[in-house]
This record gives sequence, structure tokens and C-alpha cells, in this order.
Amino acid sequence: MFTVFQIMALHRLSLRLRQTVTQTRSLHGSGWGQQLGSAAVEPEPPVRSEHAFFRTAEGDPAHHSEHHLGQHYTLPPATMRSLFPHGLPPRFQLQVKTFNECSVMVREPAVEIISHLKRADYSKPAIRYLLYGERGSGKTMSLCHAMHYCYNQGWMILHIPDAHLWVKNCSELHPSAFHSSRYDQPIQAVQWLRNFRVTNEHFLSKIKTTRRYMWTKRESTEEGQPLKEIVEHGLSRVKSSCDVVGALLRELRLQAGARGGPEEEGRKRFRLAVAVDGTNALWGRTTLKKEDKTMIAPEELTLVHNLRKMLKNDWCGGAIITALSQTGSLFKPTSAYLPQELLGEEGFVSLEPFLPVPVPVYGEKEFESCYQYYIDRNWLQHPQSRTEEGKKEIIFLSNRNPAVLERLCASL
Amino acid sequence: MLWLYSVRHSDMAASSRAVMKSLLRRCGHCCSVISALPTEKMVLQLNHVIPARLLSTSAALLQKNLAAAGPEKYTQEFIKKQIEEFNIGKRHLANIMGEDPENFTQEDIDRSIEYLFPSGLFDKRARPVMKHPDVIFPKQRAVQWDQDGRPFHYLFYTGKPTYYSLMHEALGKVLAVERSLPGGRWLTKAELEELLVEFISEQDYTRFLQLMDKLASLPCSSQEEEFILRYHKRLDVQSIKQVAQPLQLDEEGVAFSSSQGRRKTAEASVVMRDLSSGKILINGVDYLRYFTSVQDRQELMFPLQFVGRLGRHALECTSERESMRQAGLLTSDPRVKERKKPGQEGARRKFTWKKR
Repeated sequence: MFTVFQIMALHRLSLRLRQTVTQTRSLHGSGWGQQLGSAAVEPEPPVRSEHAFFRTAEGDPAHHSEHHLGQHYTLPPATMRSLFPHGLPPRFQLQVKTFNECSVMVREPAVEIISHLKRADYSKPAIRYLLYGERGSGKTMSLCHAMHYCYNQGWMILHIPDAHLWVKNCSELHPSAFHSSRYDQPIQAVQWLRNFRVTNEHFLSKIKTTRRYMWTKRESTEEGQPLKEIVEHGLSRVKSSCDVVGALLRELRLQAGARGGPEEEGRKRFRLAVAVDGTNALWGRTTLKKEDKTMIAPEELTLVHNLRKMLKNDWCGGAIITALSQTGSLFKPTSAYLPQELLGEEGFVSLEPFLPVPVPVYGEKEFESCYQYYIDRNWLQHPQSRTEEGKKEIIFLSNRNPAVLERLCASL
Repeated sequence: MLWLYSVRHSDMAASSRAVMKSLLRRCGHCCSVISALPTEKMVLQLNHVIPARLLSTSAALLQKNLAAAGPEKYTQEFIKKQIEEFNIGKRHLANIMGEDPENFTQEDIDRSIEYLFPSGLFDKRARPVMKHPDVIFPKQRAVQWDQDGRPFHYLFYTGKPTYYSLMHEALGKVLAVERSLPGGRWLTKAELEELLVEFISEQDYTRFLQLMDKLASLPCSSQEEEFILRYHKRLDVQSIKQVAQPLQLDEEGVAFSSSQGRRKTAEASVVMRDLSSGKILINGVDYLRYFTSVQDRQELMFPLQFVGRLGRHALECTSERESMRQAGLLTSDPRVKERKKPGQEGARRKFTWKKR
């Protein structure tokens, strides 16, 4: 059944390719300088090629299986805005803006994680998944795909788009009021809280706090208040925002796998997805300095300290999906990409046991799909790029690396 | 349709003004009027005025070099539209003049224009005119640039590509017809002196070369072949001597060949295998990481692409710098003793200062 469908799709593809040559309405035909502008102005996406073999109409990641490998599915713009207010890689965001649609390729690592997530026993401690792979192989996009599944299942999403940002280039660093040997990063904390609120708007009013929190001598949050209260507090009182993040993570950890005890009868159970990109930032070194010019260790930062607790699998009712990232990492060689290289001894031991998920570069089929997608979007404009020779050249220059391919095909 | 209209006489008859106005009103959508003297009251507002920029180029552009003028100024659609408008305007004009619009020729148009817009301007070119767009707009060539803005013709930047390609072709024919000696050279000055056992000055030698060249290039020089070859030394093509190693087979039956090369003090070796995996390693690192910039990878790609074997070979390259130099054994010590200066105790040291 499936093969028949594919053959038909291929047949249609050849017809469609012939049309694209004469198509007057092209996204980027107007000129090089106006590419982005013209695309942004277009009110509706151009004519859809729903049945092309590089596309799938299946928009729900829960139904993605081996049959969909290498095909692109489209994320609705509303989901994209609420789920990834800050999470997508910048180059991909640029592409989304240009193509006026957010399409993600279904790839094996994400499908594998999703199948594990479906089968996992959530009364047991959370399973840790670790995406690793060479530079630009699509770790972050696979993470986002898995997160989309969690979001569609109605999970709570706790997403740290890049942990590296917390251990470097921090403009405001204050000693913590809660614990004197730790340091607060209020700007980062507020930014994260704001995006967290966008993603999990409806959860925050339902979940109640389990204890009383004293922020300062005068300000406190009583037990039984909705989580929204403390998030709002963190956003309005920048100084205690790091403590708010800590309290928030604690509450989520405690309540995620809440078995229906007598006192928690009224509470709705929820599942929690912790997604951390650039996990290797949590162990290793930072570039931040104390007043006496000595380096700060990552565990001395309140945010990192709390996030590390989140990555311990002493809670249940959720999953921890993490991705390594060489890009942005500190004091690591460019060639490093394996978990033991990037995480270091300490990180590897503390993250164990985890489920390593390798993310390879594009295979033959995936490359073909991506290439046809770019042609479909009229993104490959040069007449040579549509020939067999041009394709070979693109393959050689990119070596099928997704990020390099994207840069190669992008405008200057 | 194009109207170049200019009026000097303010005593133009009111009747003709009315006629013209009505004419313009009737075919106003396809007319454009440019007044050479805007102070006149005859400047008319029209629905569609073709930009003056397009209209005022004709004479100047004809003299300029068309090839260097940049991309096409008038598109095919534009010219087509102009022709349509001209035909409509012609019919209107014929109707105004009360003549048969089917058989209204260019002479009739000129006559009617002269009648409707009497002009006393001295210069004939300044008078109003209505002609077929093919006459008005300069002839232009087809697009000469590809999408990247690169010219198709390799001699484009000479400014006169057709002329120079003609010259190139002619020279090629000359060289083909001309009888040429087999690859070689004339005797050098020293060799010639040895042969003649006489002293020869630079100038003598130059004249010898000129004369021999002339003799060799003449059509019937084959008659004196023996004489010419006596002073001509043949040179062998060096590349013939190069021997390509035959393909070898490794233990898995994959054909491979290896080669060495050097550049300055660096040495490199390549093992090329006939594998479709296309995996390329340089010093054990994938080429994508070894050559991070696209330009470098293009350099690597070019020889494979040139022979059409892209993606059909696996390469294993190693390169290393000269080891003795790396050990610092070939670098000379540049330090020398600095001389002692007069009035000083040493090279830099001064005598001890004493007040008196």
C-alpha cells in the first residue's frame, strides 16, 4: 500500500517539477535582496504539494513511525509560538520566516525517543535520554520534535533551550540571598520564567504549592496557592527570580508523579517533560568570576544547581530529554562530540544511567527529501542546482550534514 | 505610440488646439506628450504617462555601446504594448482625418501630424512625430547575463565581444594555415657562436632570429627544411615521460592507486580507492571538519568534478611538514656580533660619565 503510494507520489513529483519551471509566482524570484521581505509579506503559504513524497500530512508526532522517516511534517504556527517561544535554533527560525511554514523532517532519533516515551512506565523514575552527534547533525531539531510529541500529549514542558547561556556572558551576577555561597542570575531567570509561562499557561493555575515560601522578610507565598502566583512573583521581583525558579522546579518534581494520596485527591496528575539543550554546560567550567577574581564553578550558580537536581532521576511521572551541544560550549575542542568528551567524568557519572540516542547526518533518502523540499520551496534557484551534476556538487560540499547543507543552500 | 511634442508659437489656432485636445482625449490612454517648453499652456495631464526617462534615451543610447549599457531597458512586453497602442492611435488619427484607417500609411501619419500640429521649430528632430515603436526604440540585444549576473560570452568585458571573437577566430585560422615547426627552439646565442666559430653580438643574434622566423613562417619553407632544421633544436614534451602507475588491488579486491606530492617543504600522499562511499579522510579527519570553509572544499572537489568522478572515490590523504625542519635542525642562527662604535666603550655601552 505504502509503496504504491510512493510511486504515485514520485510520478506526481515529476509532473510538478515541470510546472515549477514556468511558475510565475515564486517565493524568491523577485531578487536577491528582497528575498526575506517578499516572503514575509505573503499572507498565505503558496500552493501546497501535499502528496509529494518529501511531505507527510500527519501532523501529530504520536503517529509518526518508520514509514514517515525522511518526510517533512508541518508544525502549526500557533503551536510553534506557544511551544517554542525561544527554543528553535536561529537558523531554523530564519528558514521558517522565509518559507512561511515550519516544517520539520521526521528523523530516526526523534521517532526512537517518541516510541520509548510511549512505552515507558511512568510509575518508575524518569528515564534520561541523551541526544548526541556530530556538529550540525540535528540534535536540537530532534529534541524539538520529541517535545512536540510531549506537548501534544498534554504534558508539562520544561524546556531549557541552551544551558550554555547560563554559564557565560552574564551581565548581572549577585550573591544569593537564600544561600550565601551561591550566585543568582536574575536576567536569565526572568527570561526563562517568561517563556515558561507562555508554554505552560493552563497548567500554572491548576497546580498548587505544597509549602510556604519565604522570599524576603516581608514577602512570602502561602501553601495551596497556584503556581501562577510564584511565577508572577518571580517576574515582578527580579531579585528573587532565581529562588522562584528553584521553588518552581521543586514543586514540579514533587508533584509530577503524584500518586493519588488522600491529601492529593483533588489534584490533577500531570506528566512532566524536561528538555535541556546543551546539557554539557552543567558540568565543566564557566567563564564567570567572583569578586575576588576566582572562577565560579557551575554548581555555585543557583540556576545550574536547581537544574542539576531536576536532571537527577529521583522523581517519576515524566521524562528527561537532553541534548549535547558542542556549539557554545566552553573549553572543549571543536572535534569533541561524544558524551564522555563533552560531559566529562563528573557529568557522565552523574547523568548515568541514560539512554544514548545517536543523531547521524542525513542518509541518502533524507538528503533527497530535503533537496526536493528546497526545490519545492524554490529555495534552490540556480538552474544548475536542479541538474544531477549540481546535486552531486551539493552532496560533496555538504557531505550530507544538515546544518552545512542549510548554509550552503541559504542566501548569502 | 509615442508623441514628441513641442510648441513654440503661441499663436496656434484655437481650432487646431481643440482638435488636438479631442484627439488626445480620445486616445488619451495611449498617448504621452512631452512638452519641450513647459511654460506653454499646452502641458496636458494624461491618464498614463510613460516615464520621460524611457522616452529621452533614443538618440543617446544609439551612439553608446549597447553591450555595456547594462540589462535590458525595454522588455518585450513593453514594446508589444507600445505597438498595440500605436496601432490604435493610428486608427484614431485616420478617423480624425476622415480617411480609411485600414490603408493609413506612415506618409499619411506624417502628413496628418504636420497638419494637426503645425510647428515652426527649425530643427526637424524637435518637431512632433508619430512613428512605429520599432523605429523609435533602439534595437537591443537579448539578455547577455545569466542569473548570477555573469555574462555568457567570455569576451564580454572587452566591450566588443563580437568583434574580438571574430579576431580570435581569424587568428586561429591563420595559425592553422601557417606551417609551424615541431615544438622546439632556435639555437641559443652560445650554441650559434660555437657552430659558426665567430663572435656574435646581441643585435646580430636578434636579427638571426627574425630572419629565421620569417623563413620558417613562409608557406613554401618546406623546400628549405634541411637548412632550417640545422639551426633548430627540437624539444620533447616532458609529460610523455611520466608513467602512470597501474591500478593495484587490495586484499578485498578494491582497486586503488596511491601517489605522492610536495609543496614547499610539505609532503603529502593520497590513496585513492574505487569506492562509491565517497568517504574522504585527511590525516584521519573527515574533510568536512578539516576544511571548514566552502572554498577549500571546492578546491578539493574540482579535480574530481573535472574528470566527472565526483562521489565515486574514497580518498585517504596524509600530509606532513618536513620533519627535520620541524625539529629545528635546518634553521640557521641569524645572530652576529655587533661592531664596536667609536666614542663608545662597546657596541651599545657608553663610557662612564665624568663631570670633569
